[in-house]
Amino acid sequence: MTQRTYVDAVNTALHLAMEKDSNLVAFGLGINDPKRIFGTTSGLVEKFGQDRVFDTPTSENTMTGVQVGLALAGIPSIVTHQRLDFFLLAMDQLVNSAAKWHFMFGSQQPVPITIRLIIGKGWGQGPTHSQALHAWFSHIPGLKVIAPSNPRDAKELTLAAIEDPNPVLILEHRWLHNSLGEFDDSYSLGEIGKVRSLTQGKDVTVVSSSFLTAKLLGLNALIKDLDLDIELLDLRSYSPIDWVGIFESVRRTGSLIVFDYGHTSGSIAGEIIAKVTENCFSSLKEPPVRFAVKDLPEGTSFGYTRDQYFKDEDMIYAIFKAAGKTLAREIELRSTTPHDVPSEDFKGPF
Amino acid sequence: MNKEEKVELYRRMLRIRLVEEAIAREYPKGEMRCPVHLSIGQELLPTLVSLVTSKNDLAVSTHRSHAHYLAKGGSLQKFVAELFGKSTGCSKGRGGSMHLIDLDVNFMGSTAIVGNSIPVGVGLGYGAKLRGDKAVVLIYLGDGAVEEGAFYESVNFAAVRKIPAIFLCENNNFSVYSHISERQPEGRRIYNMVEGLGINSKYLDSSNPEKSLVQLSNIIETTRLTQIPSFIEIDTFRFLEHCGPAEDDHLGYRESAYIVDAKKKDPLLMISLELVGLIKDWDKVMAEMTKLIDEEIEVAFDFARNSDYPDPLLEGTSAFAGAKS
Repeated sequence: MTQRTYVDAVNTALHLAMEKDSNLVAFGLGINDPKRIFGTTSGLVEKFGQDRVFDTPTSENTMTGVQVGLALAGIPSIVTHQRLDFFLLAMDQLVNSAAKWHFMFGSQQPVPITIRLIIGKGWGQGPTHSQALHAWFSHIPGLKVIAPSNPRDAKELTLAAIEDPNPVLILEHRWLHNSLGEFDDSYSLGEIGKVRSLTQGKDVTVVSSSFLTAKLLGLNALIKDLDLDIELLDLRSYSPIDWVGIFESVRRTGSLIVFDYGHTSGSIAGEIIAKVTENCFSSLKEPPVRFAVKDLPEGTSFGYTRDQYFKDEDMIYAIFKAAGKTLAREIELRSTTPHDVPSEDFKGPF
Repeated sequence: MNKEEKVELYRRMLRIRLVEEAIAREYPKGEMRCPVHLSIGQELLPTLVSLVTSKNDLAVSTHRSHAHYLAKGGSLQKFVAELFGKSTGCSKGRGGSMHLIDLDVNFMGSTAIVGNSIPVGVGLGYGAKLRGDKAVVLIYLGDGAVEEGAFYESVNFAAVRKIPAIFLCENNNFSVYSHISERQPEGRRIYNMVEGLGINSKYLDSSNPEKSLVQLSNIIETTRLTQIPSFIEIDTFRFLEHCGPAEDDHLGYRESAYIVDAKKKDPLLMISLELVGLIKDWDKVMAEMTKLIDEEIEVAFDFARNSDYPDPLLEGTSAFAGAKS
């Protein structure tokens, strides 16, 4: 099977979903513009028409409320926000309407809405274009929050989100958009709320998500070479979290590190460590480690971002620490890629 | 409006008034353990709306939604049970007074945050349009909501996508205790401002129900036909405190001359005075009407009192729709 991009996978999912459900509508600021949201909405308006695929006013809050109203009228929708940070204007409709409606009116009507939120990472994104707020959203009962880490999941979990009877937020890390992987064009659904075990190892459970999962997969050969056997769990869903999957792994390995690209305090990483400590305390041989972003806004300058993006060697040291092992030898990493891009060919402004 | 229509307008308004008075009377007993924002004094607009719309039309509303719900035909028993927090309530006790719903009559929900239900209403209207229904959506709001961004965003989107939305603004001059003069610039009239957003806009005079009904009917049918949204503002007066069963005029936030004048102009009273001269033995007719409504109210309160509280243990622990547990 040929390798295709994450962007292609999201686009494929949107085409499949629009074909399957003739009620589904797609909208968002810029979805029909020449750039088509990094290509993820390409071809939709041409195939499904202006009534079902439309550009909107710059009104994040109201457009979220419109999604709720449409859902109550039996019309599911998928909306895209080019940056998560702009979606913060929609908190009233997200928290007080979308997340509550089904519960607060006595479970009479579900609210099947899907919201794609792109997290902008990379040079110059700065304090208000780069925020990863999955912990915030996951704090609200009634919202599902997911983050596919690879093209196949991007397709299958996006389709699952659209079919889900609840509001689902899909967090797309900008650095994953060009990543490659295999997937087919069939209508196949992923399961929201299940971790995926990517490497079976006995030494330490490594929980990660989104771009960090891709990064850790890339580092695994080196980690193996350093004689450490990690069990890498791709979280995939922040709400609900697959506690059974995480607990089973920790009970096998006896140690845990959680990587998180959100800020440290009040993070999903902290939540996972709290719950594991409550439920698997006697299995833990080492104190669990959370590895998350400093509690500081991201400064725009190249100088400031050094602290906001993880270095490979720091991640590896942390994994060894969590496993209670010492490194057999010094790590030699000769990466010349600047810290604020995923690869040399990733150019701004984005 | 003929005599019979006027009597029917009065009867519908009286029913809302008597329900609200019963709530105010019973509230101190502590069985209704949720905030209530009573509609006494504000019965006219929703009742006029009920005379010129059908069940098929959709409605959403605000924290002060009792009159809107009842005028739309929402179940009285389920409403009172909701105030009592019972499992038989219209939202199974999860919403209380500020979260009313009756899908049987397309009262799609009232919500508590100012301006919150406006975008949802526009979405419902858009859904009706996409499905090819002839329905309009009735979006109730107050003078405070036109200070929220969601209002402008919603009017704009409804105008640009031609959504059959009727924005119904009850202007009672107060956002809790804050007078409109503290919140909006002097000399601005809300309906004039909204006209500038590119939709139909009309002011209704609450002292002239007959004329208001005609204007309302015309504007709603224009929206139904053209899909151009409409805005309606009516002046109104809240008799009781912002939240709760009592009067709060001892606080001095409303001038006494204003209060005396507004109560004299109470639309329910004015219509009744007019009917004295139109209907033979109006006192007797009114007494009979009151008796029937009171009986209905008693049945509803009995229903609420005799119902059970919800049991969260039986409902599982998931906040998600479609969840197994």
